[in-house]
Amino acid sequence: MWKWLHPYAKPEKSYQLAGKLLPWFVVVTVITFVVGLVWGLLFAPADYQQGDSFRIIYIHVPAAMMAMAAYSTMAIAAFIALVWQIRLAEMNIAAIAPVGAVFTFIALVTGAAWGKPMWGAWWVWDARLTSELILLFVYLGIIALYNAFSDKVLAGRAASILTLVGVINLPVIHYSVVWWNTLHQGATIMKFDKPSMAPEMLWPLMIMIVGFAAFLGSVSLLRFRNEILARESHRPWVSALVTDKLSGEK
Amino acid sequence: MNPRRKKRLLITSSLVVGLSLAIGLVLFALQQNIDLFYTPTEIIEGKNETGVKPEIGQRLRVGGMVVNGTVSRDPESLKVSFDLIDNRGGIVTVFFDGILPDLFREGQGIVAQGELLTATQIDAFEVLAKHDEEYMPPEVAEALEGMDHLKSNKP
Repeated sequence: MWKWLHPYAKPEKSYQLAGKLLPWFVVVTVITFVVGLVWGLLFAPADYQQGDSFRIIYIHVPAAMMAMAAYSTMAIAAFIALVWQIRLAEMNIAAIAPVGAVFTFIALVTGAAWGKPMWGAWWVWDARLTSELILLFVYLGIIALYNAFSDKVLAGRAASILTLVGVINLPVIHYSVVWWNTLHQGATIMKFDKPSMAPEMLWPLMIMIVGFAAFLGSVSLLRFRNEILARESHRPWVSALVTDKLSGEK
Repeated sequence: MNPRRKKRLLITSSLVVGLSLAIGLVLFALQQNIDLFYTPTEIIEGKNETGVKPEIGQRLRVGGMVVNGTVSRDPESLKVSFDLIDNRGGIVTVFFDGILPDLFREGQGIVAQGELLTATQIDAFEVLAKHDEEYMPPEVAEALEGMDHLKSNKP
């Protein structure tokens, strides 16, 4: 059943596959960003209570969702890395972690900027905000741990374990607004009910979510390719690739 | 699957399960401390889970809907007072001296932080507006005026 996957355990194959996928992700990112941002920021109607301030949702929500999606991907990779000991899965963690950290940071900053005029406070220690901040720290921890070892086999394993430990935070973030009284509002679209948002405001948001997903994919693929090259730099296929490139430039 | 992989699968899975269990228990134990605020009914009758009532003079946060027609402003200062209600009918009065957030209005959900003066009165030093998860253009909001949760938003 999984036989078709086996060739991709070889770094060279994965490197090539990532290279093939990359342009598609970039194209989707550019199109959705242009359409989503113009539609969301200029044409979507203002909210009945918040006015134009609600438009930060087109950055805040996709960034927060993709920060969690990136972490889920890393957690799956960590599981694979620990059980099947596939080095590419470890490289995947190292590639995605900084991207996820930046998305988390964007979600926190845009949330604070919205919170000041709407709630009346930049920051409140409620369950949603606090668990999101913990997510940022977990991301930073994984990045730091991975870079703390010069032996990358050890580094990969340590980072995988930390990634798995931190995965407990994901359901806490998602359900924090349900389980506890929080200042942060409940879920608008990620729930088993119809979204509590007018369709003409929802569409650009959906496009932006796809856009952020494609953006996450593009940057991760780029970083993944770099990570493979860096860790396989002593392999003949990498030197062949480099000499190819150099002779092509002459 | 070879035995070594099986063993690693077992160890890794039990790591995840064990940790979720531990965190789950911790969060369960901390339940009422993680809540950002008391609801008005909880101030009067005690916390849902434990029945513990807040003491007079205790610093706390209270969250609820501003009752229509109870907002009274002092014409000479920023002093304002209003009643908060929740879906179980408890009502407390909040006194505040300061600038209210943009979203503050009658029928709006808010969270106030302050000191409990008497069993149902709070002297707040911070008032935050709590926004709900509904987003819609003004025209739609007007068309939906008959809807329950919006009815209370109109003065």
